Amino acid sequence: MKSMLALSMFFAVMVLSGCSNLTVLDPKGPVAEQQANLILFSIGFMLFIVVVVFVLFTLILVKYRERKSGPEYEPPHIEGNVFLEIVWTVIPIIILVVLAIPTVQTIFALEEAPEATSHKDPIVIHATSVDWKWVFSYPEENIETVNYLHIPEDHPILFKLASADSMGSFWIPSLGGQEYTMSGMMNELFLQADVPGEYRGRNANFTGEGFTEQTFTVTAESEEDYEEWVEEAQDAPELTQEKYNELMMKGHVEEMTFSETHLQWVDHGMDAEYATKVRNGEPTDDESSEMDHSEMNHDDDDKESEEHSH
Amino acid sequence: MRLDEFFVTGDPLIYGADVSIALTLIGAIFALTYFKKWKWLWSEWLTTVDHKKLGIMYIIAAVLMLFRGGVDAMLMRAQLTVPDAGFLDAKHYNEIFTTHGTIMIIFMAMPFLIGLINVVVPLQIGARDVAYPFLNAVSFWTFFMGAMLFNISFVIGGSPSAGWTSYVPLAGLELSPGVGQNYYLLGLQIAGIGTLLTGINFLVTILKMRVPSMKLMQMPIFTWSSLITMVIIIFAFPVLTVALALMTFDRLFGSHFFTMMDGGMPMLWANLFWIWGHPEVYIVILPAFGMFSEIISTFARKTIFGYKAMVYSMVIIAGLSFLVWVHHFFTMGAGGAVNSFFSITTMLIAVPTGVKIFNWLFTLYKGRIRFTTAMLWALAFIPNFVIGGVTGVMLAMAAADYQYHNTYFLVAHFHYVLISGTVYACFAGLYFWYPKMFNHRLNERLGKWSFWIFVAGFNLCFFPMYFLGLAGMPRRVYTYGVADGWMSMNVLATFGGLLMGIGFLILVYNIYYSFRYSPRETTGDPWDARTLEWSTPAPVPHYNFAHLPEAKGHDAFWIMKEEIKQGKKPEKKPYKPIHMPSYSGVPVVMSVFFFIAGFGMVFSWNWMSILGLIGVLATMVIRSFDYDKGFYVSVEEIEEHEKTT
Repeated sequence: MKSMLALSMFFAVMVLSGCSNLTVLDPKGPVAEQQANLILFSIGFMLFIVVVVFVLFTLILVKYRERKSGPEYEPPHIEGNVFLEIVWTVIPIIILVVLAIPTVQTIFALEEAPEATSHKDPIVIHATSVDWKWVFSYPEENIETVNYLHIPEDHPILFKLASADSMGSFWIPSLGGQEYTMSGMMNELFLQADVPGEYRGRNANFTGEGFTEQTFTVTAESEEDYEEWVEEAQDAPELTQEKYNELMMKGHVEEMTFSETHLQWVDHGMDAEYATKVRNGEPTDDESSEMDHSEMNHDDDDKESEEHSH
Repeated sequence: MRLDEFFVTGDPLIYGADVSIALTLIGAIFALTYFKKWKWLWSEWLTTVDHKKLGIMYIIAAVLMLFRGGVDAMLMRAQLTVPDAGFLDAKHYNEIFTTHGTIMIIFMAMPFLIGLINVVVPLQIGARDVAYPFLNAVSFWTFFMGAMLFNISFVIGGSPSAGWTSYVPLAGLELSPGVGQNYYLLGLQIAGIGTLLTGINFLVTILKMRVPSMKLMQMPIFTWSSLITMVIIIFAFPVLTVALALMTFDRLFGSHFFTMMDGGMPMLWANLFWIWGHPEVYIVILPAFGMFSEIISTFARKTIFGYKAMVYSMVIIAGLSFLVWVHHFFTMGAGGAVNSFFSITTMLIAVPTGVKIFNWLFTLYKGRIRFTTAMLWALAFIPNFVIGGVTGVMLAMAAADYQYHNTYFLVAHFHYVLISGTVYACFAGLYFWYPKMFNHRLNERLGKWSFWIFVAGFNLCFFPMYFLGLAGMPRRVYTYGVADGWMSMNVLATFGGLLMGIGFLILVYNIYYSFRYSPRETTGDPWDARTLEWSTPAPVPHYNFAHLPEAKGHDAFWIMKEEIKQGKKPEKKPYKPIHMPSYSGVPVVMSVFFFIAGFGMVFSWNWMSILGLIGVLATMVIRSFDYDKGFYVSVEEIEEHEKTT
């Protein structure tokens, strides 16, 4: 008995210590906050349902167990009770309506920029998943980063999500829920950080061998610090198509910074085939028109014949 | 192809598996030869069309698969216990969670339930066999060969590793070039034939083979749940068949249904998969509901509360199950209107399910509750399933789901519903109907040990996962860092997983122990139960009923017993010869050819697949010219049987 007690104490401590980092319930921005509120709201109702069922369940089991009633007791024949059955049909419907209304409201609210900062123009960042890395393009600022992000605080960010190959899911739990990245498709996701800090982002949708390490860091900082970082990044080496095509290969890479973005060659939200073509050594569409021949050194013959055929 | 590409090499775990597979095979062959059992195996089991024997074979296969899937689970838990563990690498871990999921759903849960349906449903409706006994054998053998084809992947050629959902483009040829994914496609395709045939077979059986006196609204709840399940199977499985075929075409013959290249549509796969996949989870939960209804009613000594509501709620659940598939990918960006619609339809499922929970509670109310092992499993289902259910409602709220999706919160949810729903039901049903199948009960003492250890382990394993999900741990990661702070919960989960393993082993030992030591049954009604299957003697004769019983309500046998108590004497009617179907070796041979064809396609050895398909065709032709119309059980034989029991 004592050892049981000690064991349960041990588990209680483990559980409590584990509870201290529930990222999803510790939001750092308005999107994650709306979601955390919705979650807490629903947990309240769910706890109510669980308690009702558990109490009924325990009372009935204790009261009507054979050891108590004795083997002589013959249970009555009860076919049902229309009134009771209506009660436990209607009450759940009411609970669901109460849950559905804020759910639908939040679903639509999350499609817009957060209300408090809606007067600011959102910063557009293209987030592209490639096996097994993240490429971020800032078209306005004309910079591109790999596996890390900088964003200003209190400023809506509009992520344009796409994938170069397998379907990933762009997720920064501290800032808000995830959305899929798909090749040949473009998804939009508004996020915002209200608290400066370093947050962890990752791919949440299984993409094969390197999936676990397909992560990135997000630095949320003041507008001034952000501006400073942008200027610094604009001095970084220019992104060449050759370099970008290297990124299309499967594998992990370190954090990188470039000036210029890959959007001049390819928008993965429109072009599902780019990465595959690069991997297979086939010509990509843009290369045939504005291709610098010194960058690509293979299959020149193929390319020329393709050009002739057009 | 070189031999070291054909066999999976380089991993000591796999070599261990090779050795144990070889030893088991040699042991089985030796035992069969030594005890001169080959003929017995062939003529009593491999060629049988008896629904009871097929059911038993389904269950044996399912328990084996539960073991395989369970070993997969233990390996995963071992790897995840501590941060940065090096026990499994990413590739191996991916294979293991893929096979774990696929095996548990397709090759464990479904066959276990279908096995129990096979044994019980014809007896519950007073039938002597199913509508198409031959087809029933084809169902079993195609399932079995599909399962074997899938299972050999880990020693020959390599396991699939794109998840049990096999999302493209990841599962496509470009990103998963090996043969593993082919195993998935062909194994599921062949097993799927069996499932679809079962669906048709039992739909017809339940509708047409009931004793004439049993009206639809007098069918036992388990039969009702089976009927509805079969309807879902008939509507859902063709979708899987088509989806698998399209992906097979993509991978083997260069088509572009789901590819990234040349205008393929990867998202179509996710839609097709879940249009099958969501009904699929109701295929494995509705029979479970049916079993719990029977067991709770029996051991509370009361008729089921709100019979009609129980039936209608299942019908509504079945209908809704086809209207919710998008909730598996709210995060695909379908837009507010679509997500709102599917949020609401998903939440709606909670209403009929809630009705069922309360009806079970009020079946217990004023009952006389006996805590047998079967009843314990059924009772533990209620609180555990409620936890799984309410978290299901939370997941249904799309805006919140963006945060739960792809995390351990989801993993916890579906294990809560699938284990406390389906697996508890399989165990409950096994304990409950075991005397019908094997003429002796499972030991109650061992049963209760196994129950408490398993249930404690289950909650310890999966409850912490809700918190892991909220702490941001994604599913399918093969490891995590110290800084993530996920270790304590993972330690708990692994400890719980170990307990579940121990509980399962005790159950297996119980099967052996009870076989040796349990007293044989003398009556066919060990639990004082309520439905017609318990009116059959022990052991159940192969023709089930000497006289067709009469059903005067959904507790038909209970009503019979009441009438006898009130002094009604059963009238003695003369026996008549009974027509029964003949055994046939065609189903097992046909399925072996399916296996050969499938194996050939996995490796793109066209000569082999063509050979296999010719074999399939040949067995079909042979069957078409088979004029065996079955045989009659003579009155003498019936008298002999009925005397001894």
